[in-house]
Amino acid sequence: MNILKKLALGAGMAALLATTAMADGMVVGFSQIGSESGWRAAETSVTKQEAEKRGIDLKFADAQQKQENQIKAIRGFIAQGVDAILVAPVVATGWDEVLGEAKDAKIPVILLDRGIDGSPDLYLTSVASDQVHEGAVAAGWLVQAVGDKPCNVVELEGTVGSSPAINRKKGFDDEIAKHANFKITRSQTGDFTRSKGKEVMEGFIKAEDGGKSICAVYAHSDDMMVGAIQAMKDAGLKPGTDILTVSIDAVPDLFTAMAAGEANATVELTPNMAGPAFEALAAFKKDGTLPAKAIITESKLYTQKDDPAGEASRRKSLGY
Amino acid sequence: MKLRVQRLITPQSIALVAVLVFNWVLFPGFFSVEWKDGRLFGSLIDVLNRGAPVAILAIGMTAVIATKGVDLSVGAVMAIAGAVAATSVEGGLSVWAAVPLALVAGLACGLWNGVLVAVLDIQPIIATLVIMVAGRGIAQLITQGFIVTFTDPALIYIGTGSFAGLPMTVLIAAALLIVTTLLVRRTALGLLIEAVGVNRSAARFAGISALSLLLLVYVFSGFCAAIAGVIVAADIHGADANNAGLWLELDAILAVVIGGTSLLGGRFSIPMSVLGALIIQAMNTGILVSGFPPEFNLIVKAGIIIAILILQSPVASRLFKRA
Repeated sequence: MNILKKLALGAGMAALLATTAMADGMVVGFSQIGSESGWRAAETSVTKQEAEKRGIDLKFADAQQKQENQIKAIRGFIAQGVDAILVAPVVATGWDEVLGEAKDAKIPVILLDRGIDGSPDLYLTSVASDQVHEGAVAAGWLVQAVGDKPCNVVELEGTVGSSPAINRKKGFDDEIAKHANFKITRSQTGDFTRSKGKEVMEGFIKAEDGGKSICAVYAHSDDMMVGAIQAMKDAGLKPGTDILTVSIDAVPDLFTAMAAGEANATVELTPNMAGPAFEALAAFKKDGTLPAKAIITESKLYTQKDDPAGEASRRKSLGY
Repeated sequence: MKLRVQRLITPQSIALVAVLVFNWVLFPGFFSVEWKDGRLFGSLIDVLNRGAPVAILAIGMTAVIATKGVDLSVGAVMAIAGAVAATSVEGGLSVWAAVPLALVAGLACGLWNGVLVAVLDIQPIIATLVIMVAGRGIAQLITQGFIVTFTDPALIYIGTGSFAGLPMTVLIAAALLIVTTLLVRRTALGLLIEAVGVNRSAARFAGISALSLLLLVYVFSGFCAAIAGVIVAADIHGADANNAGLWLELDAILAVVIGGTSLLGGRFSIPMSVLGALIIQAMNTGILVSGFPPEFNLIVKAGIIIAILILQSPVASRLFKRA
């Protein structure tokens, strides 16, 4: 514990020393969860880029998946008297006290990509994607691409019970239900992973007459779709032509598949949560404009027309 | 001859047939196997192909459990081996160097487990927990947190290629099964392992080197895990440090238990453990083709496993004999 405290103190001192004399820039603290996934790493690097673009001095703290580290980092930011704090909360509960301290110090707090259970007074706004909408955008593309032909869709779900799996399924299924020519014939969990996505798709292909009766695949994550694409290729099918694909996340490997014509569309879960946060912050600092309590990021659709090869290399450099 | 046929009728083989028939009822095309692109194609082949990694883990796990031990680290060792193989081929090494490197990583992990258990006398469940927890971190360090994808055709062939119509993975698992079974049953090795499992001190007093045998089984388990790890990485053309082999140690232990090897050590059967792995995979594949909603997956699996375990409980086997 003692060592941890010393380390935290040391990190705080280092951060103080690193503060450069920025004449007009704000100083913003960012408490990130960690780097457990490619998307999270990309969010960190995009946040740093967005801060640099605006001349904001960003103080970054990696919590390594621990709430106690985040609380320590936030207290450190308050002690340094930063102009604002960004937090990607690792869990939903237990924030009342430390965010109360930030409020008393009149430092606005913005939540990134996850919410908290607590009074909305504790933070200025939250920036996150709408997972139900992501599913609906995916369905919208499929409906438009297929038109009036009858179409049997198979669905690769995320981990059973997880909120992205529930919401992305709801958004997609509700939209598809509005069109009579579409039918979701099979739906199974692929646990958001490549290998399970491949295994589940293999099963679907066998069960659906060698894949001949499947018109499209919808996966709750690009990683599962990358696995499913391999399963289709192994079965002698042409993904992207014989069977349409649409998935969510927009990771580089899916763009690589798209560039090869093996995937059709993906809905982006943007790693740029910080951009809208900084804009809201700038408006608030300028004339006290209060932003909406929940800022929803755009769920942008990417297809083969959107320079997939370029997107793949651009995204790889973000740390996906 | 009559005796031989009777030996094939075990609770395990009955369970496998029952699960397969159940799958066939749910999905009539389950047994259809066709020739496509120079290889066999069908749900039965999927069962063999997808079951191969757990079967390979179970082969190593059986030897460990026969010594009254357990190896919880195999899932994490898979992730390490996959990470080593993928980063090496991406770093420009040929597959002939990358795969041996991955296997050496598995052997090293096994040696670490073996030293903790045999030399330092730490309980196996705790000793192997170390790599179960730390191993995934090591794998992430190797891949630097990315899913390292590769396009090396030779490495991919190990996971998705086929020879004489059968998937490579199945052939690798079958070869390992045959070699290991011959090794433990045509030499005294199996007997010695059982002796250590029943009573380590007694075995030592009888002149058996318990220390080197224990080291051997853990190293072998690490080796098997590394093979499975390379296969899983080759299958998805990438090393996924977070998810490769996740929870597969439990599937492997389950396969061994379904196969009838006691967790208290002693008598063991490697072919039966492989049969156990196939039963588990037959269930998984059956669920995929049956069209059950995913919320039922775990309940269906648990129900079937309970049925199998009851079928081979001492009480049930006594009833069997009377009938």
